[in-house]
Amino acid sequence: MTESVVTTSSLPFADAVPGAVLDADQWGIIVNPDKLVELAQYLRDHEGFDYLSSLTAVDYLGFKDRTADDRFEIVYHLFDTKKGGDGIVLKVRLPESKPEVDSLVKVYPGADLQEREAYDLYGIKFKGHPRLRRILLWEGFHGHPMRKDWKEPYYEAEHKPYKSRWPVGHYQWAEDRVPWGDNINYPKGFDPDAFEPAPLPMPIIHEPPEGSDHIHTERIVVNMGPQHPSTHGVFRMIVALDGETIVGLEPEVGYLHRNHEKLGERNTWLGNIPFTDRLDYLSSMSNNFGYVLAVEKLLGDKGKPPERAEYLRVIMAEFTRIVNHMWAIGFLLNDLGAFFTPALYAIEERELILDLFEAAAGSRMMCNYMRFGGVVRDVDEDWLRKARDIVFNRLDRKVDEFDEYLTGNEILMARCVGVGLLSAEDAIALSACGPMLRASGVPYDLRRARPYSIYDRFEFDVVTDDGCDVYARYKVRLGEIRQSIRILKQALDQIPEGPIMNGKPAYVTRVQKGEAYGAVEGPKGELGFYVVSDGSDNPWRYHVRAPSYINLNTLEHMTIGYKVADSVVILGAIDIVLGETDR
Amino acid sequence: MFGKGIIKGLGITLRHTAATFIDDMARVPSRYTNAIETPQGKLLRQPPDSKGLFTIQYPEEKRELPENFRYIPMLLYDEKTGKDRCTACGICAKVCPPQCIWIVRDMNEQGKPIPRPSEFYIDASICMSCGFCAEFCPFDAIKMNHDYEMATYDRFPGLVFDKEELSVPTSYYASLYPSAWAAEEAARAAKAAKKAARGKKGGGAGGARRKAAPAKRTAAPARKADAPASSKAEAAPPQDESKAPPDASSPAPGGSQS
Ligand code: SF4
Ligand code: SF4
Repeated sequence: MTESVVTTSSLPFADAVPGAVLDADQWGIIVNPDKLVELAQYLRDHEGFDYLSSLTAVDYLGFKDRTADDRFEIVYHLFDTKKGGDGIVLKVRLPESKPEVDSLVKVYPGADLQEREAYDLYGIKFKGHPRLRRILLWEGFHGHPMRKDWKEPYYEAEHKPYKSRWPVGHYQWAEDRVPWGDNINYPKGFDPDAFEPAPLPMPIIHEPPEGSDHIHTERIVVNMGPQHPSTHGVFRMIVALDGETIVGLEPEVGYLHRNHEKLGERNTWLGNIPFTDRLDYLSSMSNNFGYVLAVEKLLGDKGKPPERAEYLRVIMAEFTRIVNHMWAIGFLLNDLGAFFTPALYAIEERELILDLFEAAAGSRMMCNYMRFGGVVRDVDEDWLRKARDIVFNRLDRKVDEFDEYLTGNEILMARCVGVGLLSAEDAIALSACGPMLRASGVPYDLRRARPYSIYDRFEFDVVTDDGCDVYARYKVRLGEIRQSIRILKQALDQIPEGPIMNGKPAYVTRVQKGEAYGAVEGPKGELGFYVVSDGSDNPWRYHVRAPSYINLNTLEHMTIGYKVADSVVILGAIDIVLGETDR
Repeated sequence: MFGKGIIKGLGITLRHTAATFIDDMARVPSRYTNAIETPQGKLLRQPPDSKGLFTIQYPEEKRELPENFRYIPMLLYDEKTGKDRCTACGICAKVCPPQCIWIVRDMNEQGKPIPRPSEFYIDASICMSCGFCAEFCPFDAIKMNHDYEMATYDRFPGLVFDKEELSVPTSYYASLYPSAWAAEEAARAAKAAKKAARGKKGGGAGGARRKAAPAKRTAAPARKADAPASSKAEAAPPQDESKAPPDASSPAPGGSQS
């Protein structure tokens, strides 16, 4: 769907930017690294591709037909937020000896965090990036773990299943196998005792303007987090303050980093599904959905789910959205200081929905419900009755209650209106997604812009708000709950009988060679999975375009100029989940 | 009006409290009076028509779990014969995403593999309770347990369950999964009936094929249980004996993972 670039004899955009495009195939356009910025500029300004959705690297070491000269590939997924539709995929191939490419931050400021991630995990240098430092790992980390030749401490084999488990699977405790001390890679000549962490570059501290008539106040740097109730997990904001006003902010993430993507490459295709549950653990159904969609693109007809499964997927995904948004609203109130009582009331309905998930999938949060070509288990009439009961009789009431008490609430308004402004242009440029983007007045919703599954059959509105502030984000979320209820009502009315799986469930997935980008409009925004297959039982590359992570691009922009207490609310309104941010 | 928000907010709290109270009072038996005793018929799962908040007094009460609830797996053995259903085919070990299943396939004196495990471990501290093993086991030998209370003082070896700790009788499974059990039994009976019919009609050829591959993929648990009970009992007495006492004495739910 995404990769619809037509291969013509004349290369695309050959006239617009001479020499920029080297080649093109069904999966993307190969771009000359020296002309990348120029081409991106052209695509943004003249072709409407204003949104850099995903930026990632792939290591093709040992891949068929690839050599050291084109070992690394940087993949850019660009989309058009106005027209929607399929995007365009740019690729830059880089040699092993000099993995360097110009940074796209000037054209798409949203490339910031994603380029840093690619630098961190692959060691790709992005020339011109203002702060090219590690982001998920710490500065002293040795090596770039997503490279194919990097091995983790308990490394056993390149791919699962491991041979040691069967038929002679005498249990071994990993810690016995690799004694403590030997499971860390130090650079040569590295003395851990003498290690001094590099001083945090703090470009955010500017000298106070000379000779201004303001009272001279001292600028201080405050660490909010990693242990702080406002950060919703282990997340750290390094805030530079002038008095109480924020003059600079730097998000520090990675405390929960477990290299999900490397795990994904070790895993089998199927084995990744339960791992996606652990990304944004509040919305595991959506995560499953995004991943199976991406892989199903590679499976072709084999991967097409039957009708009933499509309905079940949509039902689960919309329930997830409701759960997530209720949670987000409840915790926004927490951040405002209304400690936990509103949050408790907000998640009242969530309990019932999670009961439904549990009955269908077996677990309340780690659902692991979807499979390639269907879902794992059917639901019975009783389940559907309960679901209808909740959707038709309870949820509307709940949203009305929120609306009645919160939307006009003077405290909420005093704290949220006009706070954390993000204009539509900035939101697009910074690759914001989901409710963040729509609360800046950009009606971009993947369910409409690039309809997947059966979303084209349902009536619903894309909720937007022109407020561009925290209050608008709150209202968009509330509106989206209403729209989700609307979709659920239709889906629960129309759900047909029938099979729930295309073919027989199989534990080995035969995936053809190729690559695909599958994305869903998750509750937090565009959740994309970029997968590359070499035709084997394990993914060659498995990348998650994590909305929680990419939305953090906007944080500094939104907080500067506000008070430190506002930063808590602004962060809360982005709605991040650290399991997904850190991956 | 200044302060209206606060009053309104307190009103919500009051309303929720009242709703919880009234809803509870209307139920027989009430949930929150004499909460520690768990009288018969007390609700252990929130009904969709309830109002207010619903609380469970854990650990005195436990939430009612749906049939499909999944937690760390268990291995089934047939109560009548004492035989493991597992044939050590290794599928669960291959499909397990974090690779926490370890199986040693048994061997006879000639070094030929026998379709049963001599050792079977699950590292519960690594198991992510995904349920794949139960989903893809072709012999219905491994299923997901409902017992989630398994705190120990040590991760190793306390959370590494061996075969004995994992084994539960089929009746325990049947009590946890009544409808799945019924469906599986029906399917098994249908298969056995079909096979019996085919065996009578097919004559020499079918019988020869079955003899040629006695214990391969076709060794479905049902057949294992009825026909060759005598020969199997001879082949594996020490193992069965070592396992039988603990199993027989603790068929209670959850006893396997203490
Ligand atoms: S898949 Fe079933 S039969 Fe095969 S080894 Fe695992 S538990 Fe035993
Ligand atoms: S539940 Fe999942 S993780 Fe646990 S043993 Fe089974 S396959 Fe492995």
